Amino acid sequence: MIRLEKRPQPSRAWSMATPLVAVLATMFFGGLLFALLGKNPFEAIATIFWEPLFGEFAFYYRPQLLVKGAPLVLIAIGLSLGFKAGIWNIGAEGQYIMGALFGAGVGLAFYPLEAWYIFPLMVIAGGFGGWIWAMIPAILKTRFGTNEILVSLMLVYVAEQFLASMSLGLLRNPEGHGFPGSRNLNSYESANSWISENAGMHWGVVAAMIAVIFAYVLLNRHMTGYHIRLTGEAPRAAKFAGVNPARLILFCLGTSGILAGLAGLFEVSGPSGQVSIDFNVGYGFTAIIVAFLGRLHPVGILLAGGLMALTYIGGDIAQSNLQLPSSAIQVFQGMLLFFLLAFDLLTNFRIAIGKPEAA
Amino acid sequence: MDLSAINPVLLIASLMVAATPLLLAAIGETVVEKAGVLNLGVEGMMIIGAIAGFATAVESGSPLLGFVAAAIAGAALSVLFALLTQFAQANQVASGLSLTLFGLGLSALMGQSYVGIKPPQMGKLDIPVLSDLPVIGPILFGHDLMLYFGIALTAAVWAVFKFTRVGLILRAVGENHDAAHALGYKVIKIRILAILFGGACAGLGGAYISLIRVPQWTEGMTAGIGWIALALVVFASWKPWRVLLGAYLFGGVTVVQLNLQAAGVAIPVEYLAMSPYLITILVLVILSADKSSAPAALGRNFHASR
Repeated sequence: MIRLEKRPQPSRAWSMATPLVAVLATMFFGGLLFALLGKNPFEAIATIFWEPLFGEFAFYYRPQLLVKGAPLVLIAIGLSLGFKAGIWNIGAEGQYIMGALFGAGVGLAFYPLEAWYIFPLMVIAGGFGGWIWAMIPAILKTRFGTNEILVSLMLVYVAEQFLASMSLGLLRNPEGHGFPGSRNLNSYESANSWISENAGMHWGVVAAMIAVIFAYVLLNRHMTGYHIRLTGEAPRAAKFAGVNPARLILFCLGTSGILAGLAGLFEVSGPSGQVSIDFNVGYGFTAIIVAFLGRLHPVGILLAGGLMALTYIGGDIAQSNLQLPSSAIQVFQGMLLFFLLAFDLLTNFRIAIGKPEAA
Repeated sequence: MDLSAINPVLLIASLMVAATPLLLAAIGETVVEKAGVLNLGVEGMMIIGAIAGFATAVESGSPLLGFVAAAIAGAALSVLFALLTQFAQANQVASGLSLTLFGLGLSALMGQSYVGIKPPQMGKLDIPVLSDLPVIGPILFGHDLMLYFGIALTAAVWAVFKFTRVGLILRAVGENHDAAHALGYKVIKIRILAILFGGACAGLGGAYISLIRVPQWTEGMTAGIGWIALALVVFASWKPWRVLLGAYLFGGVTVVQLNLQAAGVAIPVEYLAMSPYLITILVLVILSADKSSAPAALGRNFHASR
């Protein structure tokens, strides 16, 4: 008889190994899915994971890794803080949109003035936009006990409508011949987040790196980080230790809001270039997968962000080379989270065969 | 602006149609949560139901068969959630989210060749005399079968909870799984059945959107209705009739909002379109003060250690 025995402590080895096992399982079942769609599974998997890194046009795709990875890592770092403490901000997509709108709005307000202080102001506004949007579920949760999952998610739809209204109205390019969408910030020197477009470097990449280090130090060397971990692992002990849950909620949601807002601002002033109805591509949701895949650990998230960026880029290549539908990649990414959660069983439980021993 | 163009009778009739997907999904989720399981994958199961029902109805020409397929598809997706949470002991919030992300992707993949097609129409109830009555006719006797099924399901769930042993066991499992286990009830088995029921209901709700409410297939067409259904369960304090009331309230908001858009009110379309989500938040705030009726074991996994 096969039984599950709870481990006295989660296995560290399995905790590190499950993401890898999950990736392998996803490759296998993803391959099956691609085969069902009538594609050569080996070719498809190779296109997704090999082509962007070592293929013929890798010189073009490698910088893209930074471009796609930066927002994912930035958002996921923020989410991981809350997830660790059992505070579920799943509306990062909305905070990302609001950050982009606030930041781009400030930049566009200065147009066509060129000055050094415009971009820093945009960064502050972007972070503020994300923060204020995340404060709505945070304050509702601390004041009224409202479920933050549902509120933060509802606000994504509100933000999307707001984005539509802005790109058709207030922020629309006056010289855009009536097309929806704002002025292109890439052609506005002072409001541009690119450092080197060829290398894929923009300020979002720098911010993502800083966020990783910041989160690492916070979680390992700081009291707040300790409180976050304590609340997640032993809520009762946290209560006795005097952790203030309301402050923790405000901190975790606020931080993740700021980081998501920044990600939005860097995206809109760099790779995307303008505010348009559909400039957001779901990074806020994919970042949830990144956070879990990275085991809610800053370094893990960095690696997971890279991997997820790879599937985006590889997916694009597979789409144009093999006519693999873009939604297949979405399924692929969803599968990854599934397998990760499933194999996590081995971290907390031991599979035992035979009869239970007498106590 | 011409508000007189809004016909109150048609308004109420279309309110009921708009409410039905919400009602179906939320009734299913009520049962799931009563059993102590929080399945955040409603949106994913709905959209899978929407495309499975749509595709089956188009291929077979029978909307009824489409609904059957939708229920099966929703339940099938919920099996994944059951496996993760009941066997692999995975976190229910994370598992539900993964279900939604996976479902959205899979439905887009399945639906590629169905964009822009019209599904076969579902017949409306037509009782001579009754359906032709002014006012009452279109509101009470002029709908499709599934709408009545939703109301009947609400009544059935209410009756099961209130009068039957099954309902009692389900609630026991949701309130205190250790005690239920000690009494000899199979906690895991009961929860899996509840999850499957919730999945089937969500699937039906999704198919109602793609087959009757809209009716056509577009990617991501559930647009947060699954999440509103989750909010609705909280709103209703886990009581079936209150779910019905809440669904009609939200259906009303949606329909009034759409009617105002069509009537050309001075408020921009985007702000009107925000209103159902904002009202959901508002209602959540008002009602979240009272958590006493929530099942005590909601969201907690059960592992029989001995």
